[in-house]
Amino acid sequence: MNIQKNWWKFLAIILLLYTVIMGFLGEVPAREILNETIRNLYFHVPMWFGMMTLLFISVVYGIRYLSSGKTDDDIIAREAAHAGVAMGILGLITGSLWARYTWGTWWTQDTKLNGAAITMLIYFAYFVLRGSVEDEQKKARLSAVYSIFAFVMMVVFILILPRMEDSLHPGNGGNPGFNKYDLDSKMRMVFYPAVLGWILLGVWILNVRVRITRIEEQILNDYSGMKDQIL
Amino acid sequence: MIKEISILLRKEILLERRQKHTLNSLILYLVSTVFVCKLCFRSVPEPGSWNALFWIIMLFSAINAAGKSFVQDSRSRFIYLYSVASPQAIILAKVIYNMLLMLLLTGIGFLVYIILLGSNPVQNMPLFIVNALLGSIGFSAVLTTMSAISSRTNNSFTLMAVLSFPLILPLLMTLIKISKNAIDGLDTTISYKYLLVLVGINVISGVLSYLLFPYLWKD
Repeated sequence: MNIQKNWWKFLAIILLLYTVIMGFLGEVPAREILNETIRNLYFHVPMWFGMMTLLFISVVYGIRYLSSGKTDDDIIAREAAHAGVAMGILGLITGSLWARYTWGTWWTQDTKLNGAAITMLIYFAYFVLRGSVEDEQKKARLSAVYSIFAFVMMVVFILILPRMEDSLHPGNGGNPGFNKYDLDSKMRMVFYPAVLGWILLGVWILNVRVRITRIEEQILNDYSGMKDQIL
Repeated sequence: MIKEISILLRKEILLERRQKHTLNSLILYLVSTVFVCKLCFRSVPEPGSWNALFWIIMLFSAINAAGKSFVQDSRSRFIYLYSVASPQAIILAKVIYNMLLMLLLTGIGFLVYIILLGSNPVQNMPLFIVNALLGSIGFSAVLTTMSAISSRTNNSFTLMAVLSFPLILPLLMTLIKISKNAIDGLDTTISYKYLLVLVGINVISGVLSYLLFPYLWKD
């Protein structure tokens, strides 16, 4: 393995090991209601960061596809959306578990939760759209257009609507949120590495998936070339 | 450009007048939906549900109406349009046309709704009308583009709804919020910030449709 090329993978492993060890064993401030669930900050929040990074990569490659028309850009856009949705599902599960112990319910009516659910719906619709078009070029073009449109609307939703009504979620409406933990430099020492670690892991997953897809495409191309020779 | 748009718009309206059954079927869809709701609810729902129900009915009618905007263009007409008009003019004409259609449907829907459900709780009517007007523009901009995408697939009818629902939600929630304020008779100044959000969403979805449509258009 080439260290100069793959240093960021080692960084991801080290950061995530640090996050897991310090996240479960490190000291955290004791707060009522939250208690030990405060440790979810190292897992739940960075997963959303990872998801947004991957979805942003997906949109950027969608735009690149529309201007270049290269299949490779479309592969990256699709796989980034896949990896982003996987991160989003992890974010939903960790958030849901946390809510069960602090709010007493798995799911509740809240703008932040709605934003997360809508993001998932948008990207499931994106996959359904990809599934219902046969032609590769057309599939890539339609889904690129949809993902650009959808990403902008999603950002509007996530940025604007929570400011319109109050939310139960930490960081809103007087609930203890990240601003209060800012006082606690010990938590920041784990939180920032955790964010970087989870983002790097997401990019790594993307990297592996893209390489697998490229190989598959290569095999398919070779095979169809071979078939032409035989027939 | 403006001339091109006005010619295309006239073509849409002319087509609609020649094929009266499409417009009639949309209106009938709306009336029957309201009637079904009336029979299911039996009594007049309280203002919160009244409001939500009205906008949900309008959403379904709008998806139905906009879903037709590209499907009915036949292959040969499509090629003809492709060679004579610019994609920007086509999308703007379609958006404007759908906006007019949605305004008409919202008006008829509102009348049928208050007649069948038997009460009109709206206290701040000017705000309600401005809200409906801005809502039609937003619905039309988002749904026309989604219709352009879904008409290119094998599964256009279901896909239209699946693609549109999550994208229309920010718009729908803002519309419901403003319209609730109008029902409660709150002063218009309270709703200014929501109206601003509505205008913002409309501008963003309009610009996106304008920029992205040329990529959907070429085949």
